[in-house]
Amino acid sequence: MSDRTGEGERVRDDGFDDFLDAVESGEGYYLECPEGHGSLPPRRVCPHCGATDLEETPLPETGEIETYTEVHVPAPSFADDAPYVTAVTDFGGARLTGIVRDTDAVTVGTEVALDVAETETADERVLVFRVR
Amino acid sequence: MTGVRVAGVGLTHFGKHPERTGRDLFAEASERAFADAGVDRADVEQLNFGNFMGELSEHQGHQGPLMAEAAGLTAPATRYESACASSGVAVREAVKDVRNGEADVMLVGGAERMNNLGTAGTTEALAIAADDLYEVRAGMTFPAAYALMARAYFEQYGGSREDLAEIAVKNHDNALENEFAQFQRAITVEDALEAPTIADPLGLYDACPITDGASAAVLVSDEYAEEHGLDAPVSITGTGQGGDKMALQDRRFLARTPAAERAAEEAYDDAGIGPQDVSVAEVHDCFTIAEVLAVEALDFYAPGEGIGAAARGETTRDGDRPVNLSGGLKAKGHPVGATGTSQVVEMTRLLRGDHPNSDAVPGEIGVAHNAGGTVASTTVHVLEVDR
Ligand SMILES: [Zn+2]
Repeated sequence: MSDRTGEGERVRDDGFDDFLDAVESGEGYYLECPEGHGSLPPRRVCPHCGATDLEETPLPETGEIETYTEVHVPAPSFADDAPYVTAVTDFGGARLTGIVRDTDAVTVGTEVALDVAETETADERVLVFRVR
Repeated sequence: MTGVRVAGVGLTHFGKHPERTGRDLFAEASERAFADAGVDRADVEQLNFGNFMGELSEHQGHQGPLMAEAAGLTAPATRYESACASSGVAVREAVKDVRNGEADVMLVGGAERMNNLGTAGTTEALAIAADDLYEVRAGMTFPAAYALMARAYFEQYGGSREDLAEIAVKNHDNALENEFAQFQRAITVEDALEAPTIADPLGLYDACPITDGASAAVLVSDEYAEEHGLDAPVSITGTGQGGDKMALQDRRFLARTPAAERAAEEAYDDAGIGPQDVSVAEVHDCFTIAEVLAVEALDFYAPGEGIGAAARGETTRDGDRPVNLSGGLKAKGHPVGATGTSQVVEMTRLLRGDHPNSDAVPGEIGVAHNAGGTVASTTVHVLEVDR
């Protein structure tokens, strides 16, 4: 299990950390198969149809909150972040899961942009959504 | 192909036993199962054992042989890990082995020790049943994942927190006379609605508790039961298993559980029955919304129709098709790796007539539905009693 308590450096996860880097520099992408299914790296196979020719495709500027929850009982690695809102969003090509920041006005359908920030508890990089 | 009979069953009390080891819990459950079965331990050819978080909670891997030892067996033993469906999978593999003629006598079961981790540690340990990169890193906990599904359900089909509260009330009510249950106390809809929020829209009473416990069942072939003159009227006549994408974000549906739909269809076909033939069910209600998703996946209700079943009295003890007469995970408790087999244990007792709620069973066919994680893995078993 990866370290979540701040006792050591997290090992880099190739593919996923590349993806976070890209989002951080405003060039987020997802993997698209010839059928148009979207998913996030790291992957060698489309999880929906099994295609192996996946192409990095730019994520749209904004997505929509599809479902969300305000978490009051967190895992230890999010102890100082609670309460926080975790959401699943639809960015057209792909769905993403992250934390909604800087707003109380979350609802299903809310338009959001994608960013990367650090958790308060462990200074871990996390995908965040900011309301547009 | 031989039939598979449940010769004997055993449980520990489900609840808080933070100072008891997993091996001690399983020793107790298996001792009860052997006493109930009247089967000689030396006849057991294999142990299939379910456990999820043993490395984290007890610093113990390789639990198969350890648990065989605890149960007094010299037979080979394998641990099955499929999150909360761990011992449901153990049952399914045992059923296959007996049917295939690989074994005439199998011990199946599971154990989990959770309370020694505390709430934060258990939350962390359970979260690893979700996708680490895409979900756990985004702050998702096990209750949060079900909260996401609950909100998606409300958005798509309607329903309310009151509907969910009715499920919690029903399952607490069913556990009142169950000596093995963690909570033998009634609650009201108001209690549930006023409880602290865990991950909205789910509150404390929408969630199953943190539980220590173990379950065991002795499964035998028809031939073995006959040769040894066993009193084993309950058979497992259908088994099914389904899978889905690990992360919610990659699922086609956020408010349906196709893995369970596929498992149910397979189990019904295997038993040669349909959902209309089922008169009683034990389903995986780790959260109240999970019971809704389960009764819809089992095709007792169309998608969107299951939410009101408890409130309408259809799945209550005096309803047409009672669900979770044991108290369910909600009130009986959810020692993760023990749960799948415990449902088979409870269904066996319900069908053969020695469960405190047996009088509420309206027929001879029951199903047990066991789900792992956010239903990325599921088993469904059909049980039938000779009358
Ligand atoms: Zn595809």
